[in-house]
Amino acid sequence: MTLRPFRIMLVLATSLIPLALLAILVFLAKYSWPAIHFNGWHFLSGHTWNLGNLYANPVRQRGQLAPIGANYGILVFIVGTLLTSGIALLIAIPVSIGVAVFLAEGLKTRLRGALSFIVELLAAVPSVVYGLWGYVVLTPLVAHDLGPGLRAVLGFLPVFSGPIGSGYGLLSASIVLALMVVPIIAATVRDALAQVPPETKEAAYALGATHFEVVRFAMLPTVRVNIIGACILGLGRALGETMAVLMVSGGALNYFPRNIYSPITTMASFIVSQLDSAMQDPTGMAVRSLAEIALILFIIAVITNIIARLLTGTSRHASL
Amino acid sequence: MLRYSPTRLLKRRALSAIGWTLAVASFLLVAIPLLDILYTVFRKGLSALSLSLFTTVTNGISGGLLNAITGTLALVFGALLFAAPVGILAGIYLSEFGRARFGRSVRFLDDVLTGVPSIVLGYFSYVTLVIGLGWQFSVLAGSITLAIMVVPYVARFTEIAFLQVPNSLREAGYALGFKEFTVITRIALPLALPGILTGVLFALAISLGETAPLIYTAGWSNFLWNGRLIHEPIGYLTYVIWSFINQPFRSAHALAFAAAFLVIVMVLLINIGLSLLLKRNRPLRPGQS
Repeated sequence: MTLRPFRIMLVLATSLIPLALLAILVFLAKYSWPAIHFNGWHFLSGHTWNLGNLYANPVRQRGQLAPIGANYGILVFIVGTLLTSGIALLIAIPVSIGVAVFLAEGLKTRLRGALSFIVELLAAVPSVVYGLWGYVVLTPLVAHDLGPGLRAVLGFLPVFSGPIGSGYGLLSASIVLALMVVPIIAATVRDALAQVPPETKEAAYALGATHFEVVRFAMLPTVRVNIIGACILGLGRALGETMAVLMVSGGALNYFPRNIYSPITTMASFIVSQLDSAMQDPTGMAVRSLAEIALILFIIAVITNIIARLLTGTSRHASL
Repeated sequence: MLRYSPTRLLKRRALSAIGWTLAVASFLLVAIPLLDILYTVFRKGLSALSLSLFTTVTNGISGGLLNAITGTLALVFGALLFAAPVGILAGIYLSEFGRARFGRSVRFLDDVLTGVPSIVLGYFSYVTLVIGLGWQFSVLAGSITLAIMVVPYVARFTEIAFLQVPNSLREAGYALGFKEFTVITRIALPLALPGILTGVLFALAISLGETAPLIYTAGWSNFLWNGRLIHEPIGYLTYVIWSFINQPFRSAHALAFAAAFLVIVMVLLINIGLSLLLKRNRPLRPGQS
C-alpha cells in the first residue's frame, strides 16, 4: 500500500476529536490531583466551602500545603445542580412533548416551517442573553407575581411556602433552564415522530381513532426510547449550564435551599463566580479544588451524553 | 364487546380537543418568552445605541464598545481558523472512510464532545494554556477554547454534506481514472460546499454567544486589542452583558443592553441565513450508509 499524505492528514485531524476529550480528562485530573488527595470523599459530602485564612502561613495537612482552616465541600452545589436541573426537566418534558406533537402533527406544512424556526431560535439565543432576560424580566415576575401566586395555590406544601425573597433562586433558575432545554428535547422528539411509519398511523385511524388518539396511543409509544434519550440529553445540557443560572440563581453559599424560592448555586456557575477569589489562595489549593469540580462535571456530562446517545442514536441534526 | 355509545364518542372528542389545546398551550409557553426576550433586548438595546458605541472604547463602566466588538470578532474568527480546517478534514474522513470502528467511535465521541459543558472547556484551557503554558488571559487561549467547543459541529455538518453527494458521481470520477484526492476535492467538495458553509456559520453563531469559556481564558480589557496573541487580555461583548448588568449604574446597564442587542442581531442574522441555506439543500439528514 502506498503512503497517502491526504489520508494521513484526514486521520490526524479526525483523531484530534477523541484526543480533545482525553486531554480534558487527563489534564483536569492531573491538575486537581493534589486537591483530590486533600479533600478526599469529604469533597462530595461536605457542605462548607471555606478558603481558610489566606493571610496566615499555610500548613501541611494530609500531605498537601493549604491555608489554615481551608475546607472544600461541594454538597450544596451538587444539590443546587440536581434541583435546578430536575425541576427544569419536570417543566420542560411535558412542554417539549406538547411542542413536538404540535409541530409534527398539529400544523399544515407551510406553517410548520415558520413555527419550527421559532423553536430553533430558542436554541440559538446565547445563554448570557437568557441570563439577562432572567435578571431583568423573570426575577421581578417571580418575586411579585409567580411566587406569590404559587404560594397562594400550593402553599400547603412546605416547598412552596415560606419567604419568596428577591426572585433570584431555584425557581427562576429552573424556569430559565427549562426554556433552554425545551428546544433540544422538542427537536429530537419531533424528528422521531416524523419517522413513525405511516402504517402505524393508518392502522390506528382504521380502528376509528381520532387524530389526537393516533398521536397519543400509536405514535408516542413508538418513540418512547427517543423521548427518554432526548430528556437525558436535555439533562446533560441543564447540568452544565453556567451563565444563565449564575445570573438568576442568587449565588447561595454554604446553605441548602429551604423552599423553591431559595437562592442556590450550581457546580458550573460556582466555578465562574469563585475563580477570582480562589486565585487569592497562595497555595493554589482552591483553584485546584475548582478544577476538581470541573472534573466531576466533565465526568457527569460524558456519562449522561453517552447514555443519551446510546438511546437516541447519533444526532440526526448536525446542530444537536 | 363495546357498543356504540354517543356519550363515549363525545368524551373521546372532548379529550382530543383538550389534548390539542395543551399542545398549542405548550408551544405558546415557549414562544412567548422567546418573543419577550427579543422584544426586551431590542427595546432596551435600540435606545442605548449610538454612534459613539462603535467609535470609542469602554471606559470603566461607560464609554463605547469598540474594544468588545473588535475583541469578539478576533476571538470568533480566531476560533474558526482552528475549528474550520480540523472540522472539515474530520468530516471528510467520517463521510468517506468512517464506516469502520474508528470512524464510528469518533462519530460517537464527536456527539459526546458537544455535550461537554462550556465552563469545563474554559477551565481546561485555564489550567493548560493560561497557567500551564503561561499564556495568561489572551486571544489565543480564548480562540482555542472556542475552537474545541465548535469543532464537533463543523465535523458533523461537513460529514452530512459529503454524504449527500451521490456515490455515482464519485464512481464516475474513479472510472475516469481520478485519484482519491481528486475525486474528493474536485467532485465531492464543490457539491458539499453549501453544507460545509452551514456548519461554519453555525459554529460562528455559537461562538459569538459564548461567555463561560472565555471569562478565564480571554479575560477582559478596556483597551483595543493590540495584536498580541498571548499575554494580553481581550474584551468581548458577552462579558459586557453579564458583568455590566450587575453594576448599579444606568450607563453600565445601557452598555449591557447594547452589547446584548449586537450579539442577538448577529446571531439572528446568521440563523436566518442558516435556515435559508438549509431550505436550498433540503435533505440535511444523516447518511443512511
